[in-house]
Amino acid sequence: MTLNQKDASIPTLPLGAVISRWIGRNLIRIYMVIAFTYLFIPVAYTFAFSFNDSGKSNLVWKGFTFDNWTNPCGAPEVCSALGNSIKIGFLATTFATILGTMIAFAIGRHAFKGRSASNLLIFLPMATPEIVLGASLLSLFLVLHINPGFWPTVIAHVVFCISFVVVTVKARIASLDPRLEQAAMDLYANEFQTFRRVTLPLVAPGIAAAALLAFSLSFDDFIITNFNSGTVTTFPKFIYVSAARGIPAQANVIGSAMFFLALALVIVGQVVSRKRKVS
Amino acid sequence: MKKISTPYLLLLPGFAFLFTFFILPIINLAQTSTQTRIANGDTGQYEQTLRFANYVDAFVENREQFTRSFVYAIIATLLALMISYPLAYALAFKAGKYKNILLVLVVAPFFTSFLLRTVAWKQILGEEGFVVPTLRSLGFISQSTTLTSTAFAVVMGMTYNFLPFMTLPLYASIDRIDPRTLEASGDLYANGFTTFRKVTLPLSMPGVVAGTLLTFIPAAGDYVNAQILGSPNTKMIGNVIESRYFKIVDYPTAAALSFTLMAAILILVTFYIRKAGTEELV
Repeated sequence: MTLNQKDASIPTLPLGAVISRWIGRNLIRIYMVIAFTYLFIPVAYTFAFSFNDSGKSNLVWKGFTFDNWTNPCGAPEVCSALGNSIKIGFLATTFATILGTMIAFAIGRHAFKGRSASNLLIFLPMATPEIVLGASLLSLFLVLHINPGFWPTVIAHVVFCISFVVVTVKARIASLDPRLEQAAMDLYANEFQTFRRVTLPLVAPGIAAAALLAFSLSFDDFIITNFNSGTVTTFPKFIYVSAARGIPAQANVIGSAMFFLALALVIVGQVVSRKRKVS
Repeated sequence: MKKISTPYLLLLPGFAFLFTFFILPIINLAQTSTQTRIANGDTGQYEQTLRFANYVDAFVENREQFTRSFVYAIIATLLALMISYPLAYALAFKAGKYKNILLVLVVAPFFTSFLLRTVAWKQILGEEGFVVPTLRSLGFISQSTTLTSTAFAVVMGMTYNFLPFMTLPLYASIDRIDPRTLEASGDLYANGFTTFRKVTLPLSMPGVVAGTLLTFIPAAGDYVNAQILGSPNTKMIGNVIESRYFKIVDYPTAAALSFTLMAAILILVTFYIRKAGTEELV
């Protein structure tokens, strides 16, 4: 076999073989591209249609405009619904974070009778379908002659947020090195000082993560809200109600803005935690 | 020295809250489910009669929607598992320095509202979207075939919306696998498929179990996807419960249906956890 013959054999490699070899080598990359396209299609669609000059119903592309972004309250119902969602989310997050963090400390830091029963009580709301949580709370409010509305919604949100707070904070407490607290005690800090100066600052990132999780769960909740909110409209409820006739483009503006805000928050959080690790 | 009362004091406010607004409502729901309508009473007036036949009536009347809920939820869970597993695997083992940024990108789409995403799918798959005309012109579907208002759209919407509940637990458990165990399997002459079946998959089982449960439970009780992407022929049990509460004001039937749904899910989940043989849940 001469060198020339070998060279000549390369171009004769069939195209199909070249392609299949390339696919085999890049299979994972190709899969990732397809998966991420699938994940981002609705986001891209929502973002694109936030620039639609569509008037009331945002169903067909009518032309490009910045108006929806410069005037996000152009559809007033969208803004009042958003305001309700933020208020409810803020209150529910505050209550759920306080109650949940206390439970997490009790379960994560103490051995006591009834600990496994407590774990079960935390697990149950997460294993209950939202519609059952929502419907059962509504039937309690009806029996008590409490009208569904703003506060019943806040209470309902606290119920399903607590478990997620407990699980998140508990994981952080479990990852703490107990020797740090022992060291503080050895240096004559009393129990309260140890908690305030050592334990709490170390658990704080877990509490912050839990609060963010609670807020996003509350903000995005529809099913439980729909059962307990009566005439109060939240952002998801507004979209559900107006979905049939088309939602105003301002809702797309708010959805897209939330996406970029959350993305920015997560990226900043990652950069900060990486810098801390380095220093 | 820790005082014995400390944990109980910490638990007290939270558990008092959960007792009042989680346990009591469930008990109350059980009560409501056996009430009957007051003869000649107004709409929405019921009396306690302990009529357990409510359950039989509710189930028989809505057998179709029950079956549909479980079939749709199981298909959506399996699809989510098939999409998420390679994705989580690639993130854990193949992403290298891009791991964190790709992980953020997996979760990012879910920062836009759940409802907005579902409405977006409705419009993408709808008559005026770009998918249907493209498929028609390529001859994949006939001129009269639509994608929205079908079981396909509902299942696809559920698969998409609950995907992060599958991907994140899967990623967490695959990421914990020591890559050296996979190398060892290769060194012992196992091929790629055998290594996956005998090493990777068993080690990632906690993630598979947690992910399938976190996807299946909300999917079985969901009615948003069926409402927005479906038609009257794709109604799930959630749609029935909602309309019994709000449109028909038939609280006993709605409560009986809710209870049956919860019991069915609990039984299925217990059976599944036993079968999958893992206790590592939360």
